[in-house]
Amino acid sequence: MVKVPDTATPFFEYAPAPESRSIVDIKPSYGLFVDGEFVDGHGRSFKTISPSTEEVLAEVAEADEADVDLAVKAARRAYTRVWSRMPGSERAKYLFRIARIIQERGRELAVLESIDNGKPIKESRDVDVPTVAAHFFYYAGWADKLDHAGLGADPRPHGVAGQVIPWNFPLLMLAWKVAPALAAGNTVVLKPAETTPLTALLFAEICQQADLPPGVVNIVTGAGATGQAIVAHPDVDKVAFTGSTEVGKAIARTVAGTRKKVTLELGGKAANIVFDDAPVDQAVEGIVNGIFFNQGHVCCAGSRLLVQENVADEVLERLKRRMSTLRMGDPLDKNTDIGAINSGEQLKRIRELSEVGDAEGAERWEVACDLPTKGFWFPPTIFTGVSQAHRIAREEIFGPVLSVLTFRTPHEAVEKANNTPYGLSAGVWSDKGSRILWMANHLRAGVVWANTFNKFDPTSPFGGYKESGYGREGGLPGLAAYLKGADA
Amino acid sequence: MARIDVKKTYKLYIGGQFPRSESGRSYVVNDAKGALQANASQASRKDARDAVVAARKAFGGWSGRTAYNRGQVVYRIAEVLEGRRDQFVAELRASEGVAGAKANAAVDAAIDRLVWYAGWADKITQVVGTANPVAGPYFNISSPEPTGVVAVVAPRSPLLGLVSVVAPVITTGNTCVVIASEPHPLTAITLGEVMATSDLPGGVVNVLTGSVAEIAPWLASHMDVNGLDLTGVEDADLATSLEVAAADNLKRVRRAPAAEPDWLAVPGTDRMTDWLETKTVWHPIGI
Repeated sequence: MVKVPDTATPFFEYAPAPESRSIVDIKPSYGLFVDGEFVDGHGRSFKTISPSTEEVLAEVAEADEADVDLAVKAARRAYTRVWSRMPGSERAKYLFRIARIIQERGRELAVLESIDNGKPIKESRDVDVPTVAAHFFYYAGWADKLDHAGLGADPRPHGVAGQVIPWNFPLLMLAWKVAPALAAGNTVVLKPAETTPLTALLFAEICQQADLPPGVVNIVTGAGATGQAIVAHPDVDKVAFTGSTEVGKAIARTVAGTRKKVTLELGGKAANIVFDDAPVDQAVEGIVNGIFFNQGHVCCAGSRLLVQENVADEVLERLKRRMSTLRMGDPLDKNTDIGAINSGEQLKRIRELSEVGDAEGAERWEVACDLPTKGFWFPPTIFTGVSQAHRIAREEIFGPVLSVLTFRTPHEAVEKANNTPYGLSAGVWSDKGSRILWMANHLRAGVVWANTFNKFDPTSPFGGYKESGYGREGGLPGLAAYLKGADA
Repeated sequence: MARIDVKKTYKLYIGGQFPRSESGRSYVVNDAKGALQANASQASRKDARDAVVAARKAFGGWSGRTAYNRGQVVYRIAEVLEGRRDQFVAELRASEGVAGAKANAAVDAAIDRLVWYAGWADKITQVVGTANPVAGPYFNISSPEPTGVVAVVAPRSPLLGLVSVVAPVITTGNTCVVIASEPHPLTAITLGEVMATSDLPGGVVNVLTGSVAEIAPWLASHMDVNGLDLTGVEDADLATSLEVAAADNLKRVRRAPAAEPDWLAVPGTDRMTDWLETKTVWHPIGI
């Protein structure tokens, strides 16, 4: 019944249009950034590779407990002696300066991000890096206006913030963590993800260029043990983590019984709900953006499509046709829509859960395309005939895999959308304003995108309900997470 | 011959009803002088779970009320409490052994606290919500919404402390299961009688009496509880183990204070915002 589009005869042939790599200078090895200097770690080192080619990019130091301790001590010194005493107006100027340097070196940051992460250059160039600069600009302006943050006069920073970020938006997640922390007067020890450390290390260079006082920002690279050392360090006052729900729960257990403040930005299984009165072409663009943006490595990805039953065939047909025009390949090619899966480990997880989808009786459809022989790749895929009990409808796949379910009434849509332990985001597509607002009221999710999806802005709070974590990043709540009232 | 008093049986308050503990257990509650005041119900794991079911069932309706209506109901609790103030003064004098002036002051403050929170119901959204000027043609607004079912371990202060932890939870649209102060549980049940006659829907507040160490772990680990207020937990090791259990479904946890707070002080908004989630809604702007 559904016509499968003919992909053998595309409308256009595209010549390769690669962005030049020559703008980035990747060193053979990197140390840790502690107290304003790059230093050798005490521990081992690990390799970071390009997920699109499996080429080794650099050796990176793996911080052990002693290294983390030095970083926390540096952050504490900088907090006590410099950063917490500096007038907010002066802190602001450092943050504005950093924002400007990010803009000036934007192309370099975008290329390096695409090489280390595998995401298409059009996303790192047009989404990640501009939003990073915007975050520093936004929070820079808050630094001398904290009395207006809703916490009473003279709110105080927590002290040293320990921050652990994921690999899906390496530099953007850094900005979400570092910018509000610094604006509020905290100093930070940040660990980038094991597979994507390079842009955080370039950010360390930017801190040097900005003459940021030593110890205000410390970057320690490593894997889970390094992150655990930061979270458990007794002199860390505030923990901010973005990553899996499983690790988020472990962090919540680790800090139990301490006075540490915590914000957790965890997994999701968002419903993207399409009503029969939705503008179908726009909805299809939204579905594609919702699940295939950043290879589906997005905690708020619209990974469950809930489509009203009477338009399901039409929406699916148009969706498949649109998916067939997606271009997958070299992340540095400016025509690339879908880049590489970030790691072999993540590819394995996507494959496993997709096989579970097959085994549980859902029907798989994927874009027919040649995958590169090297690197980690997974074609854009949809599963139809999915029930709520299927694991692919319940578990976060974190890849370009969409599970399609149907519904008949708005109540049924809400029921199904909320039937998950997560609650990070949701999408609604409809032309009827009152129905959109009714849906937005009833969806238990921290972000509701109506007739749009995957939009991010520094002024807009982001974060989840239920097991998607707690606390918000972005906007005024994102600032308040790094402050305490004067009487606290 | 002197008339024989009709004494009250103190039971639990679950789903708007006053059942005994399903376990059939009770425990002796003494007054300040060490004489028998009453036998309180000793709630069990099953009672705690029943209370969570009642609180969850009430959540949709209560959180769906208008803020104006919730404010009126909380104000109504204050009105009914005012009307029964003598009973509460007598209970506080007996259980805490305080003088009449002090008991009166606590009842005054509890009534005033309810009035204070009643007024917050339709204002907290305006104070903590934000209109977000995003860099694009989008309408974008963030509003607070209730977290869901909150389990509360009430502090030692039998009335003012109890009201101070429960009122902010329900004013904001959450429902709750409260473990009353273990040494002073009776006032909590009497307050349940006030709430049951104040247009507060059954299940919005559920009160358990008994052993905190026995009941609290079941609430802390319950997968249909969204928040945990440890204000009344005095044992630091128990507080830590409850916070660890709460991580199983990432409950929002308010930790125990270092010492019992001064309940007479004017509160901040934090007891409300602790049980609020921020929801941000985007919509394109265009013609």
